[in-house]
Amino acid sequence: MQKLYSYQKSKSEPLKPKESTIEFLLSYSKALSVMKYKKLAFDTILN
Amino acid sequence: MKKIETTTDATLVRQYLDGSEDALSKLINRHQQRIYNFIFSKVFDRDITEDIFQDTFIKVIRTLKRGKYNEEGKFLPWVMRISHNLVIDYFRKNSRMPKFEGSEDFNIFSVLGDPALNAEKQIIKDQVETDVKKLIDELPEDQKEVLYMRLYKDMSFKEIAEQTNVSINTALGRMRYAIINLRKMVEKNNIVLTN
Repeated sequence: MQKLYSYQKSKSEPLKPKESTIEFLLSYSKALSVMKYKKLAFDTILN
Repeated sequence: MKKIETTTDATLVRQYLDGSEDALSKLINRHQQRIYNFIFSKVFDRDITEDIFQDTFIKVIRTLKRGKYNEEGKFLPWVMRISHNLVIDYFRKNSRMPKFEGSEDFNIFSVLGDPALNAEKQIIKDQVETDVKKLIDELPEDQKEVLYMRLYKDMSFKEIAEQTNVSINTALGRMRYAIINLRKMVEKNNIVLTN
């Protein structure tokens, strides 16, 4: 029986970062707070 | 018709600095593919690309939150430069250039090989050769002579016979006894002659 090769989809997928990486970055951004004291800046990660 | 994105990067950066986390999400979504492809084109490894991508945006977030970003309107080139620097750091840390690893179907190292012996194998080879020479020296003179001519001078048995003034059969016999005697000495002294 003839095979329908035309229905095969291309396996190549665009290169993109993982969803978990993006989620981590957004969570990191929410958690990070920078406190400034005179010329100094302190990073704080809030849970 | 597709809606054209009108919010500029500079506006989103300003919104983010004003506390809008959504603006950061938009910035990442807008540029993720380009930055990810840029990193991947340098390192050719998905996991390393993922790490460098993450580190890039951690640096972006920290710089923005510290209020040190002052390149308004040039957000993407700035992020690209950060990722470029991190790629350089990665190669510096690993002190190597991008390498071709091949895929599961094809491995370049099955085609390419290093024919030279490594230091250990060279030492073993030298040791084996020294042992063989010592053993040959223990052979009777007539057998030693034939063996040297055959193996080290690559002479034919006809040439050996002519040079030693014996028949070819005698030369063959001496060679045979030389090898038998060498085997006996190897077995007797438990010498390992393998590389």
